[in-house]
Amino acid sequence: MASLNELYQNVILEHNRSPRNYRGMADANREAQGHNPLCGDQVTVRLRVEDGRIQDAAFQGSGCAISRASASLMTAAIKGRTPEEAAALFQQFHHLVTGHPEAADPETLGKLVVFSGVSSYPIRVKCASLPWHAMKAALDSPDH
Amino acid sequence: MPKTDGARPVAGHGGPSLLEQPASSGSPVRGPIPVEAVRRDFPILATMVRGRPLVYLDNAATSQKPQAVIDAISRFYATGNANIHRGVYALSEQATVAYDQARARVARFLGAPSPEEIVFTRGTTESINLVAQSWGRSTLRSGDEILVTAMEHHSNLIPWQLLAEQTGAVLRAAPITQQGELDLQAWHRLLSDRTRLVAVTHVSNALGTLNPVRELAEAAHARGATVLVDGAQSAPHLPVDVAALGCDFFACSGHKLYGPTGVGVLYGRAELLQRMPPWQGGGGMIASVTLEHSTWADPPARFEAGTPPIAQAIGLAAALDYVDGIGLEAIGAWEDALLRRAVDLVGAIPGVRLVGTAPRRAAVLSFLVEGIHPHDVGAVLDDEGIAVRAGHHCAQPVMRHFGIPATLRASFACYNTMEEVEALARGLERVREVFA
Repeated sequence: MASLNELYQNVILEHNRSPRNYRGMADANREAQGHNPLCGDQVTVRLRVEDGRIQDAAFQGSGCAISRASASLMTAAIKGRTPEEAAALFQQFHHLVTGHPEAADPETLGKLVVFSGVSSYPIRVKCASLPWHAMKAALDSPDH
Repeated sequence: MPKTDGARPVAGHGGPSLLEQPASSGSPVRGPIPVEAVRRDFPILATMVRGRPLVYLDNAATSQKPQAVIDAISRFYATGNANIHRGVYALSEQATVAYDQARARVARFLGAPSPEEIVFTRGTTESINLVAQSWGRSTLRSGDEILVTAMEHHSNLIPWQLLAEQTGAVLRAAPITQQGELDLQAWHRLLSDRTRLVAVTHVSNALGTLNPVRELAEAAHARGATVLVDGAQSAPHLPVDVAALGCDFFACSGHKLYGPTGVGVLYGRAELLQRMPPWQGGGGMIASVTLEHSTWADPPARFEAGTPPIAQAIGLAAALDYVDGIGLEAIGAWEDALLRRAVDLVGAIPGVRLVGTAPRRAAVLSFLVEGIHPHDVGAVLDDEGIAVRAGHHCAQPVMRHFGIPATLRASFACYNTMEEVEALARGLERVREVFA
């Protein structure tokens, strides 16, 4: 059983305090919302996808430290990637937080490995993955 | 003040301490409860969580069970298990007697004039759905009104929404104030000759607010309306006498009353139950059956299709014996003392906002820690072995009223201690350190 310090690693606490890319995006061309009715968390993810790559990523909303830090680190991690790469990264992240670290590649995940402690708190998996689901939905949304 | 309203004012945040003893009633008020001895009756309280002693403060969700209840269930399965009714053998007769005795025990606990007015259900939710689907569908017509409040648990709201869709009845909800009290003036304005049903919670599960149900029932009856009281959160904390309350239906759950899950109670006035059609068909609820047509058994059997929760009903009877052994007034007074201490200690922590500060409330402390999501607070408390609930408490309209997605809720039972309240306050200090 992971300890509280493994769940709330310093990087997570720091991103919760000062989230990156927490802003609107006037020139976004993809957008989707994620909502967790269990805890009322909601997040809006906005992307600008051009030339086959995610040129910019941002989020807004309210949620717990895990979902906020996850959104912050996610937006930083997917910038510059192709939609396929971002989807693959989500797959890796999902393995990590659902307790299948053997299927997750630390090299690919990079900073995102700080969410490894989530797997010991099954109820928080949804918090960590909420922004990723929204990001995936945004990628799948029609261009506007 | 009537004892059934459990008049036990609690100081609001920063307010004066206003505890009043309830007026005298049938059972004598005993001294302070022997909490250390009581704790020894609950084996789970010896559990360690993450290396620390369990501090269980989620009693509004479900209470823990004393050994006497565990033993009663275990004894039934070890030595008395059989299906009830129509068994021609000794074991079935004994099981039938035990089940009927449990019904009589519940009637006595709630002050119901007759055991025939007690229907066993799965819980409060099923009790309310039973009334909606049986009484409601056979009684309400298009344009009739159902009056609820904005502080209802979803289980005393959604059954009426479904009923309104089915019958064309109109659902109205009386608002609550910023303190989390029912807006009585608004409630009285919404009550009219069109109101056929008043459904109200006795004690709010999200805020702890105690409603003046006796006064509401009187006003409702003056307009010819039928009254249902959701007693899920009141029955464990204050003496309930359905006759004195003047309600027509009263619903509560066994598992919040130190009894097992899977059993609940619907009290219904005999004349009403007698006129109500069945809502589920099956064994046990009929008088005679042909392939084309059946006639119904009398209440309460009419509403208990299928094998009922026999062991659970017997376990519930043991729980009521346990509760009465301590005395509900003593339990309520102790929980009030815990709540006042919690209001003082938790309310004094910088950044803590109490949600629901009605002067009269029972055993529930709902709060927020500024800038820290309730889930994160709950996770840190859990690391200290402290079990509280973080969420909307199945009362989303209440959360919307206060403009918040969720709260933390600490809720008390007879076995909680002042030390546990202090542990909660210390845990919240640690929350502030972790998220500083």
